[in-house]
Amino acid sequence: MKKALQWTVAALCALLAAALTVALLALPGAPVRLAAEVEAQLPASGVAHPVTAVLLNFRGYDTLLEVAVLLLALLGMLAAGAGPRALAVPPDPLLAVPPDPLLAGLARTLAPLMLLVAGYLLWAGAHRPGGAFQAGAVLAAAAVLLRLAGLLPAWARPGRRLRLAWAAGFALFLLAAAGGLAAGALLRYPPDWAGALILAIEAGLTFSLGLILAGLFLAGPEAPRGGGGA
Amino acid sequence: MSAGLFYALTGGLLFALGLAGLILRAHVLRKLLAFNILGSGAFLVLVGLGGRDGTPDPVTQAMVLTGIVVAVAATALGLALARRLLELTGDMALPGEAPHGDD
Repeated sequence: MKKALQWTVAALCALLAAALTVALLALPGAPVRLAAEVEAQLPASGVAHPVTAVLLNFRGYDTLLEVAVLLLALLGMLAAGAGPRALAVPPDPLLAVPPDPLLAGLARTLAPLMLLVAGYLLWAGAHRPGGAFQAGAVLAAAAVLLRLAGLLPAWARPGRRLRLAWAAGFALFLLAAAGGLAAGALLRYPPDWAGALILAIEAGLTFSLGLILAGLFLAGPEAPRGGGGA
Repeated sequence: MSAGLFYALTGGLLFALGLAGLILRAHVLRKLLAFNILGSGAFLVLVGLGGRDGTPDPVTQAMVLTGIVVAVAATALGLALARRLLELTGDMALPGEAPHGDD
């Protein structure tokens, strides 16, 4: 009975795959060429790279809400870790073993380089592939690497400073967006200032996104390594 | 067939594969992985369709970039909830599903 149900689900999913394939093949071309529209408005956006222009200017609303969603996910994660437990989950065996000295040495060498790469990605976003999200991901990866190498304690109890830093990027973005209200609409940057505003927003987002993404890994109910923590 | 359309078709297959895994697997971690495969399929469809005519579409790329970051955050939230489920029930399957019947 159970097997039959499983086969039915598998068959239905295969059917869905076939239907999707047919639909994608039959899809007519896009009636509006968005790439051309973006290209035409690019000089007014304040940056020279189309993806950054869409993210931070043309569709800034999506990006603003995305950062809010990230903050909400982090809050949800922290909330899920609180409360009484019926069962103690053993700590991650990967974090229980003493850190490998080779890994620690490598992390010490790599972490400053990753900071540099993050800074470059942030700057490069204005005119080539890069930007706040990529830079934030590199920052978070550096934090995770340092954590795995035993050089950074887990953020078991995030203090006020860390919480403010998590929210700073979103707050800055929201402030810049609300500043556009003076110019007539939410998120409408004055063209002369757009480049500088976008760079400031991206710098704030890089900082906060790096900490948020790192927090998704480092923050939580887990006890720090060795019971003590640094 | 252009490269973009090929990506989109691959994305459609991944979507169906992820959906099947999401329904058929009882273990929460497997469900999360399947959900990520499903999401990656949707991203591939978006990026692929945006680049069907050879030139990449910056709007779909920006949307997918947004989506990827949200997917990462949602996965972390899912993992935290799965951990909570383990703490409360001692099991990594949703109530009502076969607890250890994953093969």
